[in-house]
Amino acid sequence: MFIIKYIKEVYRGVKSLLVGMKRTLYYFTHHKEIITQQYPDNRDTLVMAERFKGEVVMPHNEKNEHRCTGCQACELACPNGTIKVVFKNELTPEGKKKKAIDKLVYHLELCTMCNLCVEACPSDAIKMAQTFEHSVFDRSELTKILNNPGSKIMDGVE
Amino acid sequence: MWSFSHIANELHEWLSSIFNPTWTLVIEMVLAGVAVIGLFAALGLVLVLMERRVAAWIQIRLGPNRVGPQGLLQSLADTLKLIVKEGLTPSGADKLLFNVAPFIAMIVAMLLMAPIAFAKDFQLWDMNIGVLYVSAVSSIMVISILMAGWSSNNKYSLMGAMRSGAQIVSYELSAGLSILTIVVLTGSLQVSDIIHAQATGWWIFKGHLPVWIAFVTFIIAVTAETNRAPFDLAEAESELTAGFHTEYSGMKFALFFLAEYINVFIVCAIGATLFLGGWMPFHIGNWTQFNHVMDYIPSSIWFFGKTFFLIFLIMWFRWTFPRLRIDQLLNLEWKYLLPISMINLLLATAMAILGWHF
Repeated sequence: MFIIKYIKEVYRGVKSLLVGMKRTLYYFTHHKEIITQQYPDNRDTLVMAERFKGEVVMPHNEKNEHRCTGCQACELACPNGTIKVVFKNELTPEGKKKKAIDKLVYHLELCTMCNLCVEACPSDAIKMAQTFEHSVFDRSELTKILNNPGSKIMDGVE
Repeated sequence: MWSFSHIANELHEWLSSIFNPTWTLVIEMVLAGVAVIGLFAALGLVLVLMERRVAAWIQIRLGPNRVGPQGLLQSLADTLKLIVKEGLTPSGADKLLFNVAPFIAMIVAMLLMAPIAFAKDFQLWDMNIGVLYVSAVSSIMVISILMAGWSSNNKYSLMGAMRSGAQIVSYELSAGLSILTIVVLTGSLQVSDIIHAQATGWWIFKGHLPVWIAFVTFIIAVTAETNRAPFDLAEAESELTAGFHTEYSGMKFALFFLAEYINVFIVCAIGATLFLGGWMPFHIGNWTQFNHVMDYIPSSIWFFGKTFFLIFLIMWFRWTFPRLRIDQLLNLEWKYLLPISMINLLLATAMAILGWHF
């Protein structure tokens, strides 16, 4: 019947509106659920989410050694040419020439934090850091060299 | 006792002792005008801040908290910004109408202040058709919106204004019918009579079912009439940039913005007067002790408390519900609110004749 359908519609409409209002009233009265971070004030205690990706870094151990073999997998994996590997030739103790990285150039201004380079890396040489305060006054400062000066490859990493 | 009516009477006697009656009236009118403008400015600041705070808390945010203590000076800073901005007039616009429209919006808001009883015996003009006057004058509001939309010479503005026209004309009906429910129960259009009829209990308690339905209809209809979300099709940021005030900037925009908040205050004040007893304190039957305690709270606090409760209700709607489409909006009015409020009016009339209310 028309009138029963009509009343049902009104009832359902009012009920769904009240459900929505109940939810917003809950948030209105429960201030401890507030998710706003007062950023510059809480800089020291700020905790980033685990999945947050800020920039690509290359970890070094205390002897200034990294794990990068210069295989170029990251350079190939990068969709927008953010990473460039520059090589140099090193002499091994036996007197043989060995290919090693001179610089791993990383363009932060081109990076989309897609994580493909980290996944492509066979020796876990690079990883994503959680830093996010990347503002600089000059664009050239965003072009970074990931390996420390004078660093060399860790023993046992091929 | 220290009250608004006391101050008003003292002032009247003092003025009468200095000037003749004509000049006394003129000076009192000017003072009332200044007081109303002052109230507007204060309301604008308070309501904008309140809206932003309520919105923030509902959306699990903090809201403005940097300017001044707890962000209390935020709306003052915003006003200052709007004052120093340039009020542009587009070259294709109808210059006269374009510049007049915001003032018409403000004048309508000022006219609506006349019959509102702010405290016991404190009212600008207690005319015998008070409620009729309110519903008549509030429909002039649409003229300022149409004027702004048409004279801007912008398709978004015009569409916003046309939607607003359709909306206000439709929702005026159910707002009027729900006001009529109270008029039928009271038997008077005079605001002071309506308030005095609620001395033994507010209509929302005395009138039970029909008044509850009328109250809900009234709140929905006035939310639509003041063009606030979920009925803000006249502005509809996501579709029409800013609707009828797309071309306005600086102080002219601020006047529209202020008029919106003033109108919210006015319709909530009318709602508080009709359904929640205006400045009448909360009384429960024969509990004389309790009633005496309630009487000690000043009448102006009762009035503003009820009004701000209704304003909060309307803000709560705004930040909970999504915007309606134009056909849904008209369906809601013509298929649901209007038939329901017509039947409700019949019910209320039967109730008034048969004396079924308390």
